[in-house]
Amino acid sequence: MTTLLLAEHAGGQLNEATAKALTAASELGAPVDILVIGKGVAAVADQAATLAGVQKVLLAEDEALEHSLAEPAAALILKLSDNYDAIVAPATTNGKNILPRVAAKLDVMQVSEVIKVISSDTFERPIYAGNAIQTVQATDAKKVLTIRTSTFAAAENSGSAAVESIDAATGVALSAFVGEEIAASDRPELSSARIIISGGRALGSQEKFEEVITPVADKLGAAIGASRAAVDAGYAPNDWQVGQTGKVVAPELYIACGISGAIQHLAGMKDSKIIVAINKDEEAPIFQVADYGLVADLFDVLPELQNQI
Amino acid sequence: MKILVPVKRVVDYNVKVRVKADQSGVELANVKMSMNPFDEIAVEEALRLKEAGKADEVIVVSIGPKQATETIRSGLAMGADRGILIQSDETVEPLAVAKLLKGVVAEEEPGLVILGKQAIDDDSNQTGQMLAALLDWSQGTFASSVSLEDGTVDVTREIDGGLQTVKLQMPAIITTDLRLNEPRFSSLPNIMKAKKKPIAEKTAKDYGVDLTPRLKTLKTAEPEARKAGVKVASVGELVEKLKNEAGVL
Ligand SMILES: Cc1cc2nc3c(=O)[nH]c(=O)nc-3n(C[C@H](O)[C@H](O)[C@H](O)COP(=O)(O)OP(=O)(O)OC[C@H]3O[C@@H](n4cnc5c(N)ncnc54)[C@H](O)[C@@H]3O)c2cc1C
Ligand SMILES: Nc1ncnc2c1ncn2[C@@H]1O[C@H](COP(=O)(O)O)[C@@H](O)[C@H]1O
Repeated sequence: MTTLLLAEHAGGQLNEATAKALTAASELGAPVDILVIGKGVAAVADQAATLAGVQKVLLAEDEALEHSLAEPAAALILKLSDNYDAIVAPATTNGKNILPRVAAKLDVMQVSEVIKVISSDTFERPIYAGNAIQTVQATDAKKVLTIRTSTFAAAENSGSAAVESIDAATGVALSAFVGEEIAASDRPELSSARIIISGGRALGSQEKFEEVITPVADKLGAAIGASRAAVDAGYAPNDWQVGQTGKVVAPELYIACGISGAIQHLAGMKDSKIIVAINKDEEAPIFQVADYGLVADLFDVLPELQNQI
Repeated sequence: MKILVPVKRVVDYNVKVRVKADQSGVELANVKMSMNPFDEIAVEEALRLKEAGKADEVIVVSIGPKQATETIRSGLAMGADRGILIQSDETVEPLAVAKLLKGVVAEEEPGLVILGKQAIDDDSNQTGQMLAALLDWSQGTFASSVSLEDGTVDVTREIDGGLQTVKLQMPAIITTDLRLNEPRFSSLPNIMKAKKKPIAEKTAKDYGVDLTPRLKTLKTAEPEARKAGVKVASVGELVEKLKNEAGVL
């Protein structure tokens, strides 16, 4: 019994999602191997090797894997799958893109967005935007799981596993990388930030969003999030969207500014430890999940908040 | 070229679902049902490609109970040409849906299948990727822009750090994200016209697919409720509470 965990990384750095998914993978009760795919990612493999409880790290480097395209990545995982009883990835856009492709080839029904491992075959997962929690038993011999990382603590960095380079060629080339737009930022990442401040439609423009949200975020060392309405209107980039179909976050402190609290938004943040809502409308549903609610105009509140922290 | 669009009948996104008292599932009796919002976006994208002269026919397919006919009709009212209903009264998991769709693809030979990225009931986000795997096709998931060329399609994808563009060899699978387009409303004349468009009725047997679920649902429970919070009167009070009561500042 061994579990294979697909590592999440970017820019030569192991992403914390890997350490969190490792905690879930370890709860399956079997040793865990981590698979790092890419090109020029030996340093990532070294970082993965320091995670506590890892049996070994497989390093798969190939031209075709440089951008983690689903077709070759899935083909590689399939090649390795005979040795594993469970294949796990964090439920990042990368994990969600690749793992179902592996599951279908193995004729296995994937369990998506696991929030709790009850036993090696039984898991909890949210459905209906988190309005219900399903307990499912996976009856397929092999398990294929994606892990909602916001509900698992990161594994520690106390390990020293061996790194083994493996043959990474798959010969699969159904798609090709054309380009990407990745915003470089010194700000903490949404999925691992301790504090998040989010803005909604009420911000009114990208300029206003930057003018009132950004300085508070800077002062708090916070990541910035947004509602779908704010992203659709172009006030904030798409990867800031928090919610059922965006990122799911659970920081120590989540400050929602001018966000009404639609179920799709709540789905992405209601597991935060402390929620603050700032909204003009005292009836706004966001107040039902807020620990501290302030009924006021955010354009008055945020500059004042910036001064007081 | 044909475009196939799988559309799922789901609880309308405005409905707050309730878990049944016996934890056997969620309450679906007398609840408003609609087409999965991502699938509307998929239908819209297919129609735009047809209107741009890049496709000849848009076929919508739904797997579900008899009432899924209504979902297919909504797709036809938007402008799709014909429908296929694969009737099943049981829940059909994404893996089985993908197998059925593979059967439909074998019959119809579309150049593109455009699906939603996720069904807002099971929130699985799997079916498109699984179909791509079963067909050995390329996949462009979470699409926010699609541009069709000769034999290839460029798909810009919403990914965790921003956007990524990939070039897919066709035939290909695309799954839609929210910002791909804004679906049209169906006009009354189009709703009337849709009533006359053909819908073929099939069953899983026609495709030789076993629908037995692989995931056994042991229970469906309410999520933990948050404790009621308080309203604060000023920014000063808020900061004080965050520091001293919550200890997060
Ligand atoms: C399939 C699907 C998926 C979705 N996924 C997501 C998702 O992942 N994430 C998400 O966020 N949404 C998602 N949505 C959209 C969701 O349903 C809501 O439309 C959206 O969250 C609303 O955003 P908002 O709260 O910013 O805007 P609104 O609902 O318009 O709320 C604006 C709020 O600002 C307040 N306000 C206005 N002016 C001020 C002011 N000066 N000061 C203080 N308060 C003010 C108003 O009282 C109001 O409550 C999804 C919808 C669908 C159909
Ligand atoms: N029963 C179904 N009938 C038609 N299409 C479906 C069905 N289930 C899933 N799909 C398609 O697959 C997409 C993703 O669904 P899921 O993998 O369940 O999140 C949906 O947006 C639909 O396009």
